[in-house]
Amino acid sequence: MNSERKAVILDFERPLVEMEQRIRQIEQMAQESGVDVSDRVSQLVNNYRQLRQEIFSRLTPEQRVKVARHPRRPTTLDYIQAMTDEWLELHGDRGGSDDPALVGGFARLGGQPVLILGHQKGRDTKENVARNFGMASPGGYRKALRLMHHAHRFGLPIITLIDTPGAYPGVEAERLGQGEAIAVNLQEMFALAVPIICVVIGEGGSGGALGIGVGDRILMFEHAIYSVISPEGCAAILWKDSTQAAKAAQALKLTAPDLLELGLIDQILPEPLGAAHADPVQATETLKRALLDNLARLRELDGATLMRQRYDKFRRMGVVLDG
Amino acid sequence: MSLFDWFANRPKVAPLSQEQQQREIADGLWTKCLACGALTYTKDLHLNNKVCPECGYHHPVKSHERLKQLLDADTWQPRNEHLTACDPLHFVDRKPYSERLREMQHKTGLNDAIQTGFGKIDTHPVALGVMDFNFMGGSMGSVVGEKITRLVEEATQARLPVILICASGGARMQEGMLSLMQMAKTAAALGRHRQANLLYISILTHPTTGGVTASFAMLGDLILAEPKALIGFAGRRVIEQTLREKLPDNFQTAEYLLQHGFVDMIVPRTQLKHTLAQLLRLHTPTSPPVGHRYVTPGFLLS
Repeated sequence: MNSERKAVILDFERPLVEMEQRIRQIEQMAQESGVDVSDRVSQLVNNYRQLRQEIFSRLTPEQRVKVARHPRRPTTLDYIQAMTDEWLELHGDRGGSDDPALVGGFARLGGQPVLILGHQKGRDTKENVARNFGMASPGGYRKALRLMHHAHRFGLPIITLIDTPGAYPGVEAERLGQGEAIAVNLQEMFALAVPIICVVIGEGGSGGALGIGVGDRILMFEHAIYSVISPEGCAAILWKDSTQAAKAAQALKLTAPDLLELGLIDQILPEPLGAAHADPVQATETLKRALLDNLARLRELDGATLMRQRYDKFRRMGVVLDG
Repeated sequence: MSLFDWFANRPKVAPLSQEQQQREIADGLWTKCLACGALTYTKDLHLNNKVCPECGYHHPVKSHERLKQLLDADTWQPRNEHLTACDPLHFVDRKPYSERLREMQHKTGLNDAIQTGFGKIDTHPVALGVMDFNFMGGSMGSVVGEKITRLVEEATQARLPVILICASGGARMQEGMLSLMQMAKTAAALGRHRQANLLYISILTHPTTGGVTASFAMLGDLILAEPKALIGFAGRRVIEQTLREKLPDNFQTAEYLLQHGFVDMIVPRTQLKHTLAQLLRLHTPTSPPVGHRYVTPGFLLS
């Protein structure tokens, strides 16, 4: 674990950090005194792994929210840079804006040209301010749509990586028609005759996530979340108390296993021990393999079939009693 | 009856005491305008589609009142009235969702936050959906999404225009992600309706916000709004609190949206039926065009 990553420690990760420090102390002492403690150390490392496994296998929804928002969690551009052979970022909605919170461009993935779009959070405070914390504006959704139409015309499969607290709630965004921009994307994404794979890599924040979230396959990382409203927002409205976010996180059923059970996502991508931020390389490998698998399967279908199946997929979503 | 008798039998009319006045308002004989305070005889207010004759304030209306205001008499054919929500998440906040649903159904006489069906506006047959803000703030869960989708699909089959009257706080939190997905589902159905070159008119009434704004509300070929209706994506309080931005006075009003190009026209409720009939007439060709079919760009390769 490098010093940079240590800077952010979630409360339930604390026992792990303490154990890690102890192991390091013992190693240092051993080095100084020349006593062989390798048995003791390997036992401790084993315990450490076990504890990590235990902690991360029984995360509460509230803890998963924290993992999904972890400042060290790999971002869209991290994954793109790590898994593609080529990457050319493109800019602009051709209507007067280019949104740094939603990036897109051409890439070569496993030898195939694809279009990749995704929300982009910052890796530090300064970049977060520039990226608006991954909260996209209408210009971002319109840029995404422009690029998706392009992909449709040139037969490029589309991959979207979802990681946003939500669409930007600001004056400028409202003035430029945030609702309209998202609505049009929802409608148009059903009319693209190319494969679309959507992956929730971190935080799937409501309409801002769904604005690039209509696809043939919806994948989700194990510790990612996808919710109709933030737990804090939900608690403020329904409990009239934003400190009840833990209860709201539980009630909203926003974890990957919950959503798989509800039939709203297709596949969960397992995360490395200690979540994606603990081992970004392995997380990237998992993502790349899942994308190539799904692409291979979707490539066998023609455009009309893709669009029909995509419609039917979303058509089934919802639970009602009839009669 | 002599004039003397008339005077003798005349009811003793004294100016109403304040208490009596208030009772009469409470009895519903008179309605006080929420905006200007003017008292209007309730029957007259209803005849004016619940628009204050003094100041033009649009009082909230229930979905069945809307139907009466818009449709030709005896033309309403409701669809899927019996669809009801269940509680797939077993959602409990300060009260269980199932209990909330029962209370709302009892209070409003509706099964959920929208009525859908077919009817005629000035003899033009239309598919119509009317949201009801009284039912859990008009929030969209599975039932609202499913009813709209079924309506639009049936209208596409029957080649009829769709009119949706929006009034909603957004997606229904108690159904979690199932609610969010109704945004995509309804947008998809409207996409097929659009692809068939059929007309969809969306009418935004007070308030239209959140997930409803970010789906079918903003997808109208033509978008009308009622005067001063609140229309937006993010809540005003959210914007103010989290970002500490100063908000323009008319921010997120129908007038603001008109000014910024997101609404075709603002139509007072008293003119709504007339305007809709006019729009429907303008979309009824006198002789059907032959061989001309506009293809939406996104659908070229389909």
